[in-house]
Amino acid sequence: MLKVITERIKQGYRTIPFPAGEMPQLPERYRGLPVIDSSKCPDGCAKCVEACPTDAITIDGDMKIDLGRCLFCTDCMDACPEGAIEYTPDFRLATSTREGLIIDGKAFELAQSIDEKSRRIFGRSLQLRQVSAGGCNGCEADINVLGTVVFDLGRFGIHIVASPRHADGLIVTGPVTQNMKLALEKTYAATPAPKFVIAVGACAISGGPFIDHDEQNNGCDSIVPVDMYIPGCPPHPLTILDGILRLLGRIEGNER
Amino acid sequence: MTVLAEYVRTLNGKPVALADVPVVPMEVFRETLKEQLARTSSELSALFGVPVDSEGVRVYAVVSDGASSEITICATDVGQRYPALTPYITQAHWFERELAEQWGVVPEGHPWLKPIRFHRSYRHGQDAWGRVVGDRILPCVQPVGTDYFKVRGDEIHEVAVGPVHAGVIEPGHFRFQCHGEHVFTLEIELGYQHRGIERRLIGGPDKRTLHYMETLAGDTSIGHATAYSQLIEGLSGSEAPLRAQAIRVAALELERLANHTGDLGALAGDVGYLPTLSFCGRIRGDFLNATGLICGNRFGRGLIRPGGVAFDLDDAMTADLQKRLTAAHRDVTGAANLLWSSGSVMARFENTGQVSLETTKALGIIGMAGRASGNDRDVRRDVPSGYYRFAQIPVSTWHTGDAFARAYVRHLEIQRSCHYLLEHLPEVPGGKLRRDVGPIQADAIAVSLVEGWRGEICHVALTDSEGKFAHYKVIDPSFHNWIGLAMSLRDQQISDFPLCNKSFNLSYCGHDL
Repeated sequence: MLKVITERIKQGYRTIPFPAGEMPQLPERYRGLPVIDSSKCPDGCAKCVEACPTDAITIDGDMKIDLGRCLFCTDCMDACPEGAIEYTPDFRLATSTREGLIIDGKAFELAQSIDEKSRRIFGRSLQLRQVSAGGCNGCEADINVLGTVVFDLGRFGIHIVASPRHADGLIVTGPVTQNMKLALEKTYAATPAPKFVIAVGACAISGGPFIDHDEQNNGCDSIVPVDMYIPGCPPHPLTILDGILRLLGRIEGNER
Repeated sequence: MTVLAEYVRTLNGKPVALADVPVVPMEVFRETLKEQLARTSSELSALFGVPVDSEGVRVYAVVSDGASSEITICATDVGQRYPALTPYITQAHWFERELAEQWGVVPEGHPWLKPIRFHRSYRHGQDAWGRVVGDRILPCVQPVGTDYFKVRGDEIHEVAVGPVHAGVIEPGHFRFQCHGEHVFTLEIELGYQHRGIERRLIGGPDKRTLHYMETLAGDTSIGHATAYSQLIEGLSGSEAPLRAQAIRVAALELERLANHTGDLGALAGDVGYLPTLSFCGRIRGDFLNATGLICGNRFGRGLIRPGGVAFDLDDAMTADLQKRLTAAHRDVTGAANLLWSSGSVMARFENTGQVSLETTKALGIIGMAGRASGNDRDVRRDVPSGYYRFAQIPVSTWHTGDAFARAYVRHLEIQRSCHYLLEHLPEVPGGKLRRDVGPIQADAIAVSLVEGWRGEICHVALTDSEGKFAHYKVIDPSFHNWIGLAMSLRDQQISDFPLCNKSFNLSYCGHDL
């Protein structure tokens, strides 16, 4: 027992104050919300469009990036001769709508919280069931991290539960493979209403790297209604936490 | 009479012309493999089919030998059916199930021929189980080809778990045949994560190829991206600069550290020992953040590129990494030592889920789980490539084959990876980060092996006359090892399943592809 206590003292207190206090510092090379400067684009140049592995970029007059497809890789930046695309360190990426993920370099609207009545029900206690439906287990790993002492999801009254019967909503990851489609439908049906669905990661939003494969369904919103989209490949744990707290109205607007 | 060689020899990452791979009759193929695999230093790294025309399938076998650091390749042609290899070469059992599922070829006499991923055959109308085109394939419950081990008798019951599990875990289906708490057999059915990657690699490399590699198994992004990059470099006759090779090894060891640390914590959690669970959850993040410091992504996405690496280390970053690693090394050692000195933990770890060395060798269980049963194999030493040729990391093994051994080998590997990084990070050789890769050799075959944190990652590419992938085979270490988890549950208590499962911590997506 003494050994445990000694070790506990050495390991220290590790929970981050987020969302209170200063914004957590992410590494300099971290790739968060991209910014676009279409004015730098030479006429007819589409090098970024050609380079993007998931066809997330379109140029129709102005350049647009679909964050739902974006893998946050460097391929577009590397291809661009003018530096028109850059990543910022802003990890706040969750939106309430699929269209909201399509950015054009102007204002980016972060997710809205649920209505006042739902907030009274779920604001201080939200039980979520996770369904992993394809993908690479990266998003699952970074959801799991929220349970560690660093993020301590439990302090917000949010837990991942072991049955859909105990859940207020689903966190879905993966493009929804054909082999997982039925299991997702059944899990959704088994969750009592009112309920939410949060789609985490490029796969669950659009199919991600597996877009248009016959073996999957290009994400979960063709199968279950989605209330929140959290993009990334995988999203940083802070991005996911920020999203869930916004859903509950515990972070609002551009507040940090 | 000229005696032809039964196989062609090569080295890790070095291509050979497809025409140089001998195609031998099935009996010769089988006897050659039997003879090669009788050596304790050899292992069946890959066995897969490639369609040669509308009629037949060519089966390639790749054997790696730790004693000579050589890789050998041989081939044979099969028609609709052929006499199964598994009765003679046990480690072929899962490969032959894959072969049957992908190409509709029946290995006759296979002891347990079932699909492994539940998809349609890639040869239209050819199905090993006689399923009709257009029939819906329901994973694990479809009647044809999905029988389960059955035990009959009074009070015998069956427990079915999954595909959706209780925590944040990938999907898979587990069937236990039990008598009370006692488990007679566990059968594991996968395929829920199947997203059809291998088929999409044909005709590449293209702009999505590398991203497929990084998402074959997210926790092994660096391992698979390195195996792929090494293969492309070999096929184009180039080599990554030494500096890039050293950074790749640093990234591979960081990946190992993060995963092993997370697993030690999860193992502690599965026996209800919360201090190590809490500590390791955080320390795992410290190792992931170290990777994030280098390339901006905690899983190493974007770091490894054919021809080198995309991000450099500078002096300030190296110093920062040293500082973080020194602290994380102390913390993870302290957290792990609590396990070994806690009687209640050791009582649950020891003698739980034992897999003998004999079983390990017969079934081809590899990597960290294999080393915990005394299977002294490690690609980093046996078939080295990249910077591992210049800087060696001692191989860690244990002899008891139980959950304790799999935890303790992780602990030993954590120690050695930390020592390696602390010693070598300040001495990363200078030079360029990346070299252009030239055109890819046409009509060639190359094998790339990397010791990922779970074990041997094997990628095999066959190119066509234009230097595009005619076939690309990925074998994640989990492919070899799922059967090890099933074996570890025999004659155990069903309540030991979470502990045994975590002690292997295999990848569903890496298997399902």
